[in-house]
Amino acid sequence: MKVSLSWLREYIPITMETKDLADALTMAGLEIESVDNRYESLDNVVVSRIVEIKEHPNADKLRVCQVDVGDGILSVVCGAPNAAKGLLIPCALEGATLPNGMVIKKGRLRGELSEGMLCSASELGLSLEKSGIMELRTDALPGTPLAQALGLNDATLDISVTPNRPDCLSIIGIAREIGAFEAHKTKVTYPDPNLASPSKDYKSISEYTSVQIKDPDLCPRYAARLVFDVTVGPSPFWLQDRLISVGMKPINNIVDVTNFVMMETGQPLHAFDFDRLGENRIVVRAASPGEVFTTLDDREHTLDSEMLMICDGEKPVALAGVMGGLNSEIYEKTTRVLIESAYFDPACIRKTSKKTALSTDAAYRFERGIDPGGVLFALNRAASLITSIGNGTLVDGQIDEYPKPIPSREITVNIQALNKRLGTSLTMEDIKGYLESIEMTVQPLSEGVLSIHVPTFRVDLERPEDISEEVARLWGYNRIKTTFPPIPAEAFELTPNLRVKNLVRSVLTGYGFSETIHYSFIHSRSCDALRLSAHDPRRNVIDVLNPISEDQSVMRTSLVPGILSTIHYNNARQVKNLMIFEIGKVFLKKEDSVLPDEVEMIVGAITGNSQEPSWYSKEIECDFFDLKGLLDGFFKGLHTPVVDFSALTEAECTYTRKGYSARMSAGNEPVGLLGKVHQDVLDAYDIRQDVFIFEIALAPLVNLARDEREAGPIPRYPSVSRDTTIICGNDVRSGALLSCLRKSGEDLVEKAELLDLYTGDPIPKGKKSLSFRMTYRSQSKTLKDKDVNKIHTKITQMLLDHFNADLPG
Amino acid sequence: MQKSIDQIYHEALKDIEGADTLESVEAHSITYLGRKGLVTQFLRSVATLPADERPLAGKRANEVKQALDAAVLAATKRCELAAEKADEGIDVTLPGRTVKQGTLHPLTRVTLEICDIFTHLGFQIVEGPEIETDYYNFEALNIPKNHPARDMQDTFYISENTVLRTHTSPTQPRVMEKQDPPVRIIAPGKVYRCDSDLTHTPMFHQVEGLLVDEHISFGDLKGILTTFIHKIFDEETSLRFRPSFFPFTEPSAEVDIRCVICRGKGCRVCSQTGWLEVLGAGMVHPAVFENIGYDTQKYTGFAFGMGVERITMLKYGVDDIRKYFENDLRFLRQF
Repeated sequence: MKVSLSWLREYIPITMETKDLADALTMAGLEIESVDNRYESLDNVVVSRIVEIKEHPNADKLRVCQVDVGDGILSVVCGAPNAAKGLLIPCALEGATLPNGMVIKKGRLRGELSEGMLCSASELGLSLEKSGIMELRTDALPGTPLAQALGLNDATLDISVTPNRPDCLSIIGIAREIGAFEAHKTKVTYPDPNLASPSKDYKSISEYTSVQIKDPDLCPRYAARLVFDVTVGPSPFWLQDRLISVGMKPINNIVDVTNFVMMETGQPLHAFDFDRLGENRIVVRAASPGEVFTTLDDREHTLDSEMLMICDGEKPVALAGVMGGLNSEIYEKTTRVLIESAYFDPACIRKTSKKTALSTDAAYRFERGIDPGGVLFALNRAASLITSIGNGTLVDGQIDEYPKPIPSREITVNIQALNKRLGTSLTMEDIKGYLESIEMTVQPLSEGVLSIHVPTFRVDLERPEDISEEVARLWGYNRIKTTFPPIPAEAFELTPNLRVKNLVRSVLTGYGFSETIHYSFIHSRSCDALRLSAHDPRRNVIDVLNPISEDQSVMRTSLVPGILSTIHYNNARQVKNLMIFEIGKVFLKKEDSVLPDEVEMIVGAITGNSQEPSWYSKEIECDFFDLKGLLDGFFKGLHTPVVDFSALTEAECTYTRKGYSARMSAGNEPVGLLGKVHQDVLDAYDIRQDVFIFEIALAPLVNLARDEREAGPIPRYPSVSRDTTIICGNDVRSGALLSCLRKSGEDLVEKAELLDLYTGDPIPKGKKSLSFRMTYRSQSKTLKDKDVNKIHTKITQMLLDHFNADLPG
Repeated sequence: MQKSIDQIYHEALKDIEGADTLESVEAHSITYLGRKGLVTQFLRSVATLPADERPLAGKRANEVKQALDAAVLAATKRCELAAEKADEGIDVTLPGRTVKQGTLHPLTRVTLEICDIFTHLGFQIVEGPEIETDYYNFEALNIPKNHPARDMQDTFYISENTVLRTHTSPTQPRVMEKQDPPVRIIAPGKVYRCDSDLTHTPMFHQVEGLLVDEHISFGDLKGILTTFIHKIFDEETSLRFRPSFFPFTEPSAEVDIRCVICRGKGCRVCSQTGWLEVLGAGMVHPAVFENIGYDTQKYTGFAFGMGVERITMLKYGVDDIRKYFENDLRFLRQF
């Protein structure tokens, strides 16, 4: 909402500096977004004198003027007929931007140098005069800035008005607020509608027209006046200037008056061409479903029964409270005007405005709630102005259909409760003073209790708590003493979910993974990119009904697309080696539930080199076992039970490569999966290097990650190690071998590790050589060689038997 | 003819003491004292001597062995010292073998810090769903359908009655429904608004706070938030509370801090105002309590919410909100 200081001053004296005023409004709850000098466009316009003038050699209608601009003489080409030697005129210098957006540059006009522009008053936005350059009558010397010479001094405040304060969507509303804190606590001087005495030539309004409200719920009040014999034309400068000062476009005198009064009072008005109203009357009714109507912006709308129509005796003429119709608007031949001033149901107007996508100044005010008590004031104000500006004749009387009076509100406030809520100790007098400064009527009811009559324009005040805010903001939030709530000395533990999430983050970052955060919405084609099968539940995505773009159109069912996009993004920026992860939710549709399942996932990936080339090592590309080792460490860091890795079939994970994918499980509990990303998927994300990815659901991990710790004994006796090498078939899984060794049934086995893996000469084709190191230890004695040898031989033999293996040589 | 033990002793001593490297000490040690060394052989040969010579020869041989052992030890020590003296050491400026360290996302860091401060102030961290019903996101918070306050938040819709939550405030009614006062919670999480430009991302992060008890005042709200601001920024940071509007609080306030960049002088970040808006807050609206069934005569409370992106921006000097979600590792690794 834009207001200009000069307009505000019509209703309230302002003595504060503009900056202080802006601060005070902000601190009263009307946040000032910007303060602009209204005449900023005149910054590069100076008073100048034509010292010489001659004909343009190449143009009949142009002349070349030598202009004294104070610090020199400029050559300016000018087409104005009134240009004459000796005239004092405004000259826009190079760099000036005129109100119409024109930027002044040095240049040649038909071959003649022109270093500025001599301006008409209209070009400077100072009046409508455009017949010639503006002749200045001032003592100012050439070179004086024009705004200074003419004493032009006005500022516009751009105010962010919160939705609860429709009363402040008007100049008078803002003036009222200023009155509450301006030094003199002055009240607003309301403009006098000053209605012309009605003409004797015409009968009373009821003889010409009528208003019938068929739906009082949607239209509680409808008032109208008639002005005849008007002449439609441009508004006078002062009116245009007022509208321009608040960012509105002048249209014609009738429409401009309705807009002016709306800006002044907050009451949207509509002017109909009375002669275009069928049967010269108004009917207010709900629209019929499917009814079609063309608004004056020439757009066609299909209506429904929740919308309200203003009709004449035959047809709809306006979409109530939103926009008038093309069929009844004021045009140059209009002579008789019906002015509408009404109160419409805010929710109805809002729905209509949303459904028709018409957001107008009128709808903006109606949907927030206008002052039901101000309807006639605005009507009369507009009628008066139209009569005078449009040279019209006021028809006697007004129509005021008010089938559903909106009651004014009384709020009872307990002073003690108010002070308790705010943490203040204001007296009844303090409170009364503040409330009266914004036009409330305050009556003491009993000891410590006030009855407050709320003016009808304050639609936001309903409860004592609302009054507490009024008092607090006028007293000053910053004067309220800072205190501390009594909080008992109890400490809350983190929920297991949060505890494990924090732990996951610290373990993963400790292992070198960096955390990423991606949008929760993904491209609708992401499931194809991941090669998800047709029946994969992750294909059953939740659509966003109003997405910003196609690539953010569905809620993610996997974090993998985000991770892969980030790898692509970074690779494209020469960051090739990445270890990244994300913890976030996926959204899965749930049968018979309004809300979906939100499942927290941990997804991470490694790609590029695990070892950069250095003085101590060649570069090493990361592989599956780098990731597996990291995950092994990850689970240890979380103190989960042992997590086993086993091969995953292609069907189980479509976006990783067959034979390079594994599932992770703790006992029977599935934990997640890891694998090398499938080539087709890499192609879909335009990634040109191998990526190894893992996916773990958080919930099972929360159950597995044990917070408890228990100290156990430290071995008292030394361990003994023995190595064994066997030759077995290539298809034997090393995991099976190790697990067989660990679970060999011998309680002296402490550890079994794979020392070496070898294929190739002299190992026969189809076979491999595996070396294990076994560690044996007894809890009760130092093992003797012969004990160890006995077990070791037995275990080795078991391996050979079990896996159809041989000893080397 | 076998050398006499004394002859061996003298030669050995000379060799060992004359050795100037660890390797030659080791070699001499093997020559004389090794398994096939001369002294060892002599010791073995004692058994072949006539019985009466054995004790003396044995004794002498053992003396020699001990003396030579000691000499080897001394020579080793001497050579080690010499070697240490001569050693010029390593190039300690060679880069160490890298151990990778990952980083937390800056938003996570700041969220954790915010939560940490409030945990210490006695608040409990809770979480809530990101897809919300219209009821929890709006109605329960005194934002009825067809109310212009809905325009304050451009909403992503999933269906007519489900939305991507536009703020973390739905956690307020969700927690209060399950729990009688006192309530002291803090709720971090992702929120969504249908807005994407230089200063808005369609997803961002908020932290919500709620405290409900008997005798809670607006002054208490100021106290808690002042403490918070002093902890998350510094004790020098001044605040101002400015009237505003949220449908679920009354009175409502925006909290501005003195610009941490220019310290109030006016700069680009604070649009020359010297102030930065960082929090929305207020006393819980009685309509919210009525929806829950709390006794509005007995209980009062305050609620507040803040944008994590904004605070992170101010703490770490992040100049573009979009950087948070581009996941450029050159950005992320800075934290």
